Order: sequence, then structure tokens, then C-alpha cells
Amino acid sequence: MTLIAAQPVTGAAGGDAATTVDLARSSVRELNRLLHDADDGTSFVVESPVGSHNIAVGITADLDVTVEGDVGYYFAGMHQTGTATVHGSAGVGLAENIMSGMVHVTGDASQSTAATGHGGLVIVDGNTGARCGISMKGVDIVVGGSIGHASAFMAQAGRLVVCGDAGEALGDSIYEARIYVRGEVASLGADCVEKEMRPEHLAELGELLQRAGRSERAEEFRRYGSARNLYHFKVDNAGSY
Amino acid sequence: MCGIAALQIRNPALRGELGGLMHGMLCEIVERGPDSAGLALYGSERLTPEGSSAITVISDADPGVLADDLRALLPEAANPAVVAYAESILVNAETPASVLEQAVRAALPGASIVGRGSNVAVLKGVGHPVELADSYGLTSISGTQALSHTRMATESAVTAVGAHPFTVAEDLCLVHNGSFSNHASIRRWLRAEGVEFDSENDSEVAARFIAWRMAHGDDLTTALEALQGVFDGFYTLVVTTADSMAVVRDPIACKPAIIAETDDWIAMASEYRALAGLPGIEDARIFEPSPGVVYTWALAPVLEGAAR
Repeated sequence: MTLIAAQPVTGAAGGDAATTVDLARSSVRELNRLLHDADDGTSFVVESPVGSHNIAVGITADLDVTVEGDVGYYFAGMHQTGTATVHGSAGVGLAENIMSGMVHVTGDASQSTAATGHGGLVIVDGNTGARCGISMKGVDIVVGGSIGHASAFMAQAGRLVVCGDAGEALGDSIYEARIYVRGEVASLGADCVEKEMRPEHLAELGELLQRAGRSERAEEFRRYGSARNLYHFKVDNAGSY
Repeated sequence: MCGIAALQIRNPALRGELGGLMHGMLCEIVERGPDSAGLALYGSERLTPEGSSAITVISDADPGVLADDLRALLPEAANPAVVAYAESILVNAETPASVLEQAVRAALPGASIVGRGSNVAVLKGVGHPVELADSYGLTSISGTQALSHTRMATESAVTAVGAHPFTVAEDLCLVHNGSFSNHASIRRWLRAEGVEFDSENDSEVAARFIAWRMAHGDDLTTALEALQGVFDGFYTLVVTTADSMAVVRDPIACKPAIIAETDDWIAMASEYRALAGLPGIEDARIFEPSPGVVYTWALAPVLEGAAR
């Protein structure tokens, strides 16, 4: 891996034009420092990511960051405001612990997408690997394709929308998040059940699909959530401990 | 962590670039395991010349002295050649691998033999993976398949013997990212079946198990399916033979793996960035192997007269 501390910025400084950063010539650390120091309303285009980890982590200003190519682990981790877009695919831990704002990947994402996310919107146009939305705490996730096994494991709040299929053990030990799946669910995890789709659910799902630029209709989905049987200790189980 | 990179060349015209492509992949997995590394290189004219077998032994013996000793131990036509690549000494001779292995054991009693076969050369050692690869002259190596591993040791000591790949039967190599929790029980059970071990390493147990199953009639796919029913723990495994490559992950699939496939090659790596430099990656079919599924790719037979 080469770290070249040459002038990282080309293109116009300030104004409406985007600043371009080529990761063939700048390090991820230099890029992230630039993003952390940038003012609200600034736009960036990142080129030659070639699967590098930790790109655009920890953005706290209202930026618009677009990456042309595939990114590695933890893209836009801890994202706070603004929009981060990948024209390509993303590795493990996309938008991990996102707080607010929007992260959009046009290709696929690996495992643990939006893990522990507190808020904001994460859109993956393609598929995700295992553990999508694991321990989600308020984030909204819209996946255009299918998701892997153990997704929404111990999910606490937020909405997970899947336009394709879901893998084994969906929503295992789920607390209060709402899951909408259009295709097949391979199996539901412990304490996750299918639930009635009421008007308020159709309304929130329709709004999420629209925000994510999807053409699917809310009526095509089924809703899953917590049976709330794991909330309380059952005295019948006392002998097991 | 540990890093894995594996490459099977489908298009014979690309075989001259095997080492250069693997070097590029290896550079991107160094951070996953910087303490030691190993390579298995299949079909190299330099390391495994046609008609010869290859044995790798971990030793600081003088190559010239070892060559003299082997000449005395082997039939005259065997013509043994010995080259030291840091801790790995590669021995070639025009005899079956089993005969050469016996001779090396006789010449270097107690030394660990870590590579064996007629199609594969195994080189491994302690140190920075790219420096090791450079000392092996990796970029100039041609061939059919290459398998590399960068190790972050967890279950046993950082030594050349404990580095991956594990090559416990001829032309059969295994690399592992993860850790097995029941390897001690399986080792005891295999020992009772007469299987001998070189180390206390957990991954060696998987290699021995696969070799033992294949010696009893399994093919690579069925041996790996059997492994899934016996081994407990975390694993992404890549296993290669003279003519095939396989990938399998445990049912939880925590350890990463990504596969890219084109008409010219099949590649597997721990991280996408190791695949990003391969020719034609932009049009490759890229996917993560599903948990608990054995993926196997056979090396296409090369037509008579084509590059080996």
C-alpha cells in the first residue's frame, strides 16, 4: 500500500463544484481528514478506492460524498450527517453505527450492514451478506435484493426493508424493530413472528420505498417482528439455570 | 484474523502471470496476518519440473551437503536438486514423492517435512509475507494454481512449521482462517486410527482429516462435507489438489471470504481489495460463499502441446 502525501485535492476549492480525491495518490487518512475539516454543503468525489477500508468514516458535517468504485470495510461508519454514496459494492460493516444522514450503495454489501445503527437511512440496491441490521437501534435499512442469515439479530428499533429474500434465522431475539420482506424468508429466528400489515405499516413502508427510490409496492411485502416472549423470565425455565 | 488468497488459472495463456498476480493479491492480505506466511504453487516449471517430485523441509541444513547426502541415498537417475528459500528447503528429484520423502527423512532426521507432491511446491516461513514472497521469487513463477496465507497466530506458536498451508498428503494443501474448538479430540481420534501429526496446530488436524478421508475413497467435495459434520469452530478453508480448488465456510460464517470468477480465472480472498487488481475484475462474477456450502472448481485439462 502506497501512502503519497502529495497534494490530495484537485478541482475547484469551495463553490458548488465537487472536490475530487484520487486514492491512487492520497491515503484514506488524508481523505478522511479532509472530510472531517470540510464545511457544510461541500461535495466530494472519491476515485480509485479499490476496496480500501474505512473510507468516509466519521463524517459530522452536511457533506455529499460520492465514491466511484468498490469500497472495503466500514465505509461511512459512525455517519452523522449528509450523504455518502458508493457507485460500486461495499465490504463488511457498511455504515456501522450510523447515527443519521444517508448512505447509499448501488452494488452489493457484505456482512453486518448498518450494524448497531442508531438512525439515518442505509440503502443497498443489490444484496447484502449475513447479519444485515444486527443489533439495529433505530436505523432504517432498504435492500433492493436479498439479505443473508442472522439478519436483524437482536434488533432493537428501526425498520429493515428487503425487496428480495431473507436468509436463515431472520430477526432472532428481536426486541422492537419492524422487518418488511417482499420475497421468501428461509426461516425466522427465536421470538420473531409474522405480523399483520396494518394501514400505518403500509404507510411507513411506502414512504421508505419512495425515499430509497424503489418501484416495489408496499402491498407486496409481509411484516415480521417480535413476539415479545423473550422479554420476561419464565419461571418454568428456572430449573435450566 | 489471518488472510487468504487463492487463484486458479483457467486460461492457459495466463499461466505465466500466476506468480505476479498472486504477489499482488498477497500484498493486500498482509495486514490480516503479518507474523508468518506460506505459499503453495502448482504447476511451476521452475519449482516442480515435469517428471520430478518436490519435498519441502524446514531446516537450516546446507543445501550442498543435503544434495550430496540425497545422491548417496537415492538411485543414480534421481538427480536431486536442493534450493534453500530461507527456512524452507525445496528438494526436487526424478523419483516418486514418497521415495524422495523417505530419503529426506533419512538425511535430516527429525526435520519437519511441510510440502510433498509432484505438482505443488510449498514455501513458508516466519517474517513479513511480502519479504518472504520476494525471497521466493514469486513474481516470476508460472503455473496453474496458487494458494497463499498470512498468519496471525492464535492456537499455536509462530514458526515456519505452524505457518499455512498444511500439506500432509501429496499435492493436497489447506489454509484456514479461524480456529477449531474440538481439534484436540479429533487429533486423539485420528491418532488412534494411525494418523501421525507434525504439530499441535488446529489447522493441521483439518488437513489430516481431509487427507485421511480422501485416502479412504472420498473426493475433495465429500471429504469437506464430512469435515463439516465433525469440526466445531470458526473456519473459512481453502483446499487445493493437483487439479482442483475448494472453499468452505462454517455455518455461522464470521470469517470473511469473497470469490470472483471469470472465464480466465477463479480467485478467492479474505477481502475484496486482494481481488481488485486482477485482470478483468470489473466484469467478474463476484459473490460471498454461502455458509456451510462446499464450492469446488476443477482445473480444466490442458490440451497436448499447450503451456503446462
